[in-house]
Amino acid sequence: MNVLVCVKRVPLTGGKIVLEPDARRIETRHLGFTVSPHEECGVEEAVRIVERHGGASTVITLGPAEAEEQLREALAIGIDRGILLVSDRDDWDAETTAGVLVEAIEAEQAAGNDPDLIVFGNESADAGNYQVGIRVAHALGRPCVTGLKGLAVEEDGRLRCEQEVGSGRDVYLVPLPAVVTIKEGLNLPRYPSVPAKLRARRKPVDRREPAPPAPRLELVRLTVPADGGRAAEVLGEGPAAAAAVVDLLRRIGVA
Amino acid sequence: MSRLPSTARVVVIGAGIVGNSLACHLARQGWTDIVQLDKGPLPNPGGSTGHASNFIYPVDHSREMTALTLDSVRQYKELDVFTECGGIEVARTEERMEELRRRMASAKAWGVEPVSLVTPAEVKTLVPFIDEQVIVGGFSSPGVGVVDSLRAGTLMREEAQGSGALTVAANTEVLGIDTERGRVRLVRTTAGDVEAETVVICCGVWSPLLARMAGATIPLTPAIHQMIDIGPVPRFADAMGAIEYPIVRDMDTNMYERQDGRGLEIGSYAHRPILHAPEEIPSVEEAALSPTEFPFTEDDFALQMEHALELMPEIVGDESVGIKYAINGLLSLTPDGLPLLGETPEVRGLWSAAAVWIKEGPGVAKAVAEWMTHGEPEIDMQASDIARFYPCQKTVAHVRARAAEGFNKTYGIVHPAEQWGSGRDLRLPPFHAREQALGAVFFEAAGWERPHWYASNEALLEEYGDRAGGRTAEWDARWWSPIINAEHLAMRDRAAMFDLTAFCIFDVTGPGALELVQRVAMRQMDVPIGRVVYTPVLTARGGFRSDLTIMRIDDETFRVVTGGAHGMADLKWFADHEPPDGSAQVHDRTSAWCTLGLWGPRARDILASLTSDDVSHEGFPFARCRTIEIGPVRALAVRISYVGDLGWELHVPIEEGAKLWDVLWEAGQPHGVIPAGIGVYATTGRIEKGYRAFGFELDGEYDVMEAGMAWGKVKDEDFVGRDAHVRQREQAPAAILCTLTVDDHTSAAGVPRYMLGREPIVSRDGEPLVDAKGRRSFVTSAGAGPSVGKHILMAYLPPERAVAGEKLAVEYMAERYPVTVAVAGSTPIFDPENTRIRS
Amino acid sequence: MSVLLLVEHVQGELDKLSLQALTFARGYAAGDGLEVMVTGPGAPDTAGALGAHGVGTVHVAEHDALGAYAPLAWARALAELVERLAPAAVVAAGSDRATEVLAHAAVLTGGALAANCVRAAPGDPAEVTRLRWGGSLLEEARLHGPVKLMTVAPHAVAAAAAEAAEPVVAVEPFTPALQEMDLVVQVSERVDMSTGGLSLAEAPVVVSGGRGVGSAEGFAPLEELAGLLGGVVGCSRAVTSAGWRPHTDQVGQTGTKIAPELYITCGISGATQHMAGCKGAKKLLAINADPEASIMASADYAVVGDLTEIVPAISAELRRVREG
Repeated sequence: MNVLVCVKRVPLTGGKIVLEPDARRIETRHLGFTVSPHEECGVEEAVRIVERHGGASTVITLGPAEAEEQLREALAIGIDRGILLVSDRDDWDAETTAGVLVEAIEAEQAAGNDPDLIVFGNESADAGNYQVGIRVAHALGRPCVTGLKGLAVEEDGRLRCEQEVGSGRDVYLVPLPAVVTIKEGLNLPRYPSVPAKLRARRKPVDRREPAPPAPRLELVRLTVPADGGRAAEVLGEGPAAAAAVVDLLRRIGVA
Repeated sequence: MSRLPSTARVVVIGAGIVGNSLACHLARQGWTDIVQLDKGPLPNPGGSTGHASNFIYPVDHSREMTALTLDSVRQYKELDVFTECGGIEVARTEERMEELRRRMASAKAWGVEPVSLVTPAEVKTLVPFIDEQVIVGGFSSPGVGVVDSLRAGTLMREEAQGSGALTVAANTEVLGIDTERGRVRLVRTTAGDVEAETVVICCGVWSPLLARMAGATIPLTPAIHQMIDIGPVPRFADAMGAIEYPIVRDMDTNMYERQDGRGLEIGSYAHRPILHAPEEIPSVEEAALSPTEFPFTEDDFALQMEHALELMPEIVGDESVGIKYAINGLLSLTPDGLPLLGETPEVRGLWSAAAVWIKEGPGVAKAVAEWMTHGEPEIDMQASDIARFYPCQKTVAHVRARAAEGFNKTYGIVHPAEQWGSGRDLRLPPFHAREQALGAVFFEAAGWERPHWYASNEALLEEYGDRAGGRTAEWDARWWSPIINAEHLAMRDRAAMFDLTAFCIFDVTGPGALELVQRVAMRQMDVPIGRVVYTPVLTARGGFRSDLTIMRIDDETFRVVTGGAHGMADLKWFADHEPPDGSAQVHDRTSAWCTLGLWGPRARDILASLTSDDVSHEGFPFARCRTIEIGPVRALAVRISYVGDLGWELHVPIEEGAKLWDVLWEAGQPHGVIPAGIGVYATTGRIEKGYRAFGFELDGEYDVMEAGMAWGKVKDEDFVGRDAHVRQREQAPAAILCTLTVDDHTSAAGVPRYMLGREPIVSRDGEPLVDAKGRRSFVTSAGAGPSVGKHILMAYLPPERAVAGEKLAVEYMAERYPVTVAVAGSTPIFDPENTRIRS
Repeated sequence: MSVLLLVEHVQGELDKLSLQALTFARGYAAGDGLEVMVTGPGAPDTAGALGAHGVGTVHVAEHDALGAYAPLAWARALAELVERLAPAAVVAAGSDRATEVLAHAAVLTGGALAANCVRAAPGDPAEVTRLRWGGSLLEEARLHGPVKLMTVAPHAVAAAAAEAAEPVVAVEPFTPALQEMDLVVQVSERVDMSTGGLSLAEAPVVVSGGRGVGSAEGFAPLEELAGLLGGVVGCSRAVTSAGWRPHTDQVGQTGTKIAPELYITCGISGATQHMAGCKGAKKLLAINADPEASIMASADYAVVGDLTEIVPAISAELRRVREG
C-alpha cells in the first residue's frame, strides 16, 4: 500500500487570538505549531495501514519553510518521507491548495510513486474550508469519502469507510485508489518515541516551490469576534454556591 | 478573593514559591497588613514555579547557597511536601570524577551528609535502568528529594491568610510603583492603588519590569531550559508515588533524568543559551500552556536525545514510550549565578527577592523576612546582596552576556579562579597600557581588569629558582603561575608596584560625618586629621559586614577605602546611615581616584628620590596619610600595607595616573622595582601575614573574637554590633582563626597537590571538626607563602584544636594531606614583629 | 437572479439547519426568488414548509439510484440545476452532508465555495464573512467566479419564516443524468450504534469536564449531576487525548458541536478549540478555580472554586430540594 497523507501547519492557540497589524495572519510570536487533530489521526492511520499491509507512506504539506517541523513530527510517528511545498503566502485558498497538491501528486505518479490511498483531514483547523480532499479527488478521478471515523482495508482490497451520522454510522465500500478525509476520533494517535524522533531527523524531505496562487476565495482581512461584552454572573464561591446554582437550574427549566 | 486595601505595611508582588514563602515568614515575624499581588490566577499564576522541575540537590560549592537549601529542605519537610528519593551525579570522564571528589569535599565542608562516591556497579543497583558502561562513577546524595512547591507555597500563603496578616489579590496586575524622594510610596494596580512604604518584588522572570516601574534595576534575564516528559514507562507502571528512584544528573552532558510518576522527565542545560526579554513574556490568555512554558525547539534538543538514549537505553530507547510533553521552560539567570536579594540601592523600601530557584525558595524567603525585620538575616547572604553590582554590571547587555556564558556551566566544572570570557574590559585603569606592555595577565574583579601577574617578570623565575616553586597537577596550576611567587620574593627583596584602582572609594562629609563613621565602624574614629584606621564593620549580631580603611582627611571629611568586590554594598550601608537632616552625606569617589601601591624594603628610597616631603619613618609614621608631591603629581600617600612590607598606597586623580606610574617606574629602576599583580596582593603577601580578607575569613558567620581582630578596648561610643561584640568579648570564642601549613603535599599517585581553598579541615583520621555552634572547619584561604617556603591555609578551628603544633589534615580531591597549626590567632608566621611594615 | 439551495429533511420534515440557511439565503436574495433542491423519501412533502420560508420552486431530484446517500450523485443533480437556472448563489446549511455535496458541486460547476458563512452580500465578487478556527476568528473575503457557493455556519442565523409566504409553491420533479462514477461512493449500510441514551448533540443539558477533573474516575460526580438533570457528560480535547474518555464525548472544534439549553463546564479553561464546539449553547455555566479563565468571557454564569467540591455539592442540593 502506498499511502500519502496531507497536513497543514497551524498555530497552537491559547484562549485569546491576537492578530498581526495587517490583520491577515495570527500573531504567532509566542505560539508553538501543530496540525489539526483530524490530520493527526490521519497520519496515525497512514502509519497503521502500512504497518498492517506493508508498503510505504509519504506526508506532504503546503506551507512556509518552518512547516518542515510538522513533516518531521509525522516522520517521527512513522511516515517514511516528506514533501514540502514551500510558500510564505497567506492567500492560498482551498482550490489553489488542491491545485498544487495535485501537481505534486502527478509528479509522484510520474516518478513511479502512485498513492493507493490519499488521506486528508476533514477540514483544516484554521481556515476550515472542507474542500481540499474533494477537489484533489476530482482532479485525480478518484472516489472521495469524507469525515471518516472508521477505516479498514478489506480482504478484497476495497476500503470500508464509516461516518458518524446521528446515533449510527453510515458505511461505504469503495475501491482503491481512493481519497479519504478523516475526523478526529478515528484512532488515538501515538506519541513519538525518542528513537523515532532521532530517525525522523534523517528521513528524506523533498522541497518544491509552487507558483503563487490566484485565489477565488480572496482574503480581505481577519477579525476577532467581539466577546459580547458579557460579564458572567458569579453565583458564588465554592460549594456554598450550590443553592444559587440549583435556583438557576430551576429557573432555566432543566431541574 | 478579598478586596484590595488602600494602604499596606508591605506589598509583596508575586505568588510563586518566593512570594508565598515570604508572605508567610513576614507574618511569622509579626508583620500585619501584608498585601500580596499576582497578575495570574491562583494556585498557579504561571511563573517558573509552576513548571520547574522540583528536585533539590543540597550540595553546592557555595556555603551560602548550601545553607539556604538545607533550610529550605527543612521547611519543605515541615510542610510535609518533601519526598526523599536520593540523587546521583554521574561522571562520564575522569575529569568529571575529579570534580565529583571536589563536590564530596564541599559536602563535607558544609556538613551535608551522608554522601559518597560510588562505582558504576553501585549506580546500577540504585538506578537499574541506567547503562553503567557509559559512566565511570558517581556521587550519591541520598538526601536529595523532590518537593511539591505549588502545594508548599499554597500552604504557606494560607497560613498567613489564616492568621489575618495577609490579604491576597490574584488576577491583579501592577501598573506602576510610585516613589517620592527616593522612597517607595504607592503601588498602582488594575484593582486600585495601595499606599505602602515597603514593596518586595518576587516576580521571577518579570522582576526587571517591576523594578523599572520604580526606577530601580533587577539585573536578571529570563532564559530557556528545555525539558521533555516521556511515558508511559513500563518499569514505572506500578508506581505508587511521583518518584521511587534516585534522580540522575548526567553532569558531563548538562542533563538530568528523573522519574515523574509513570513517566520520565529529561531536562537539559546543554543547548545554546536562549535568552528572552521580560517584555516578550506572553500573558496568561495568550499563552497556550502558561506564560513561562514556551514552544519547544526540537533542534536544540537533538543531541540531548542521543545522550539520554546512551545513558538510559532501557527507557529512552523503548519505542512504546512516547514524548508526551516538551517545553522550553523559562527561568531567571543573573550575571554571577547568585540570587538578587535585599533592598535595592536605588529606591528605599523597594526590596528584591528574585532569581531564586525552588531549591532555596523558602530558605531565601525566611532570610529576607529576617533581613526586613531585624536588618540582617540569620544566614549570611552577603554574596547575594542585590547592592553588589556596579552600574556597568547591571546593563542588559552585560547581564545577557554573562548569563549566556554561565548557562552552559550549570553542571560545569568551574575552577575557583576561572575567569569570564564575556563582559571584559569594562573598567580600565589609567595604567592599563603600561600593564599591557609589560605582559600583564589580566583577571577581572568588580568589572575592573587587574594584572594578576606579569609575563615580563618571567626572568625572575631564574633568579629565584626553586623558591618560586611550581605545580605539577593541571588543576592546581590552572589560572596560576609561579611568576606570582617570584614577584612576591622580588617585592620582599626590593620593591613592587601594584595597581589597586579597583578599590571602591567614597567620602563621608559634613558636620555629622564623624557621627556617621563612629556608628558604622567598630574602632574609634575620632582621630586626628591624617590618621588612617583599619576597622571591621559589624552586623548587629557582631559578625562581619565588611573590613575597610577609613582616613580622616579633615574635620568633616572621612575617606573610606574598601575592596572593589564588596564596595557597592559597603557604599549602600554607609549611605543607609545618612541622617535625615542631611548633616552627613556619602559621596562615591571611585571614578575620581586611581591607586598605586608601592611596597618593599626599597619603597622609601624610591619615594624619597621623588619627593621633598619627609617620608622617613619618624616623619611619616605608619597608619598616617598626607598629600605629598611625587614628581609633578600630587598624591594622597597612605602608609599602610596589606602585603606586610614597607610602603604606601598612593592615590592620585585618575587623569594623572599614567604619569604617576611613569615617575615611580623610572625612579624605581635603579632599585630594581618590578610590577606585581594581585596574585601577590590578594594572596601570597597577605597570607604570610595572616591578614584576613572579607568573603574569605570574614563574613557574617564569624565574629571579631573568633577572627582574632579585637585589638585594644571597645570604644564607648555606640556602633552597630556593639552589644553583641561586648558579649562576645566576655565569652570564650567558639572557634579560633588559625594559620596552618601543609606538611606533605604528595598524593597517593605521587603527585604534589596544592589546595586552593574551601576544603574541609579534618582530624588525621578524617573526622570533620565541628565547633560549639555547629560550624565545620574549612580552608578559608589557601596560597603559597614564598618567603616562608610553605603552602599556607587559614581556617577556623574549635578552641581545643587551635593550638600551635596541633596535627590535623586537609581533604583535597578525596585524599587527606597532613597539616599542622602554625599559629592560633592573628600573629603572622612571616615577620611576626612586623618590623618590615614599621621600618 | 434567484438563489438556489440544497435543503435537507427527514421524511419531509425540514432540518433545523436548513431552515437557518433558508433565512440566510432570503437575505442574500434580497427580494429575488428562492429555489430549492430536495431529494430522498418524503421530499415533496417539504413544499408547504418551504413555502412559508419564501421558496418559490421546489426541484425534487428523483432517480432509482438515489435511494441511499451518494454525495457525488446529489452534487451532479445540483450541478444540473445550476446549469439550468444560473442562480446568483448556491446555498446550503453547514452540515457535514450539505458541505460535502456543495464541495463536489463547486468542482462540477467550476465555482468557488465559501464554507461556514455568517454573512454575505451579493455582488461580483460577492462579499462574505466566514468562520475560521471553528468561529474563534472571522474571515472577510471576496468570492469570485461564475458560480458562487456558500454554506451557512450552524446557528449563525436564527431561522425565521418569510414575511410573505409563497401562496403556491411549484414542485418540479426532475431526473438527473447520473454517471456510473457518481455512485461509487454511496452508503451501503447503516449501522445503529445507539446505546439508547441521549446523544451529546441532542442532549438538553451537557456537563463537561476538562483537564481539571484530574482522571477518568474524577468524572463520576459529573455523571451524577448530568443524570440528575437529564443530560449527558462531555469533555474537552485534553481529556480525550489523555485517554480518560472516548472521542465521542468530546465537545470542540474537532469533536461534537453541541447546542443544549444549558452547558455546564467544570475545570475547562476556554481554549478557542473548545469554545468552537459549544457556541450554540443557550446558557453556559462555568465552574473554574480561576475567575479570570478565558471561559469566563463567554459564560453567562460562573461559580469560582474547586470543582471536586462544587459539583457534588450541587448534586446534593438538587437531591435535597427534590426530596423536600
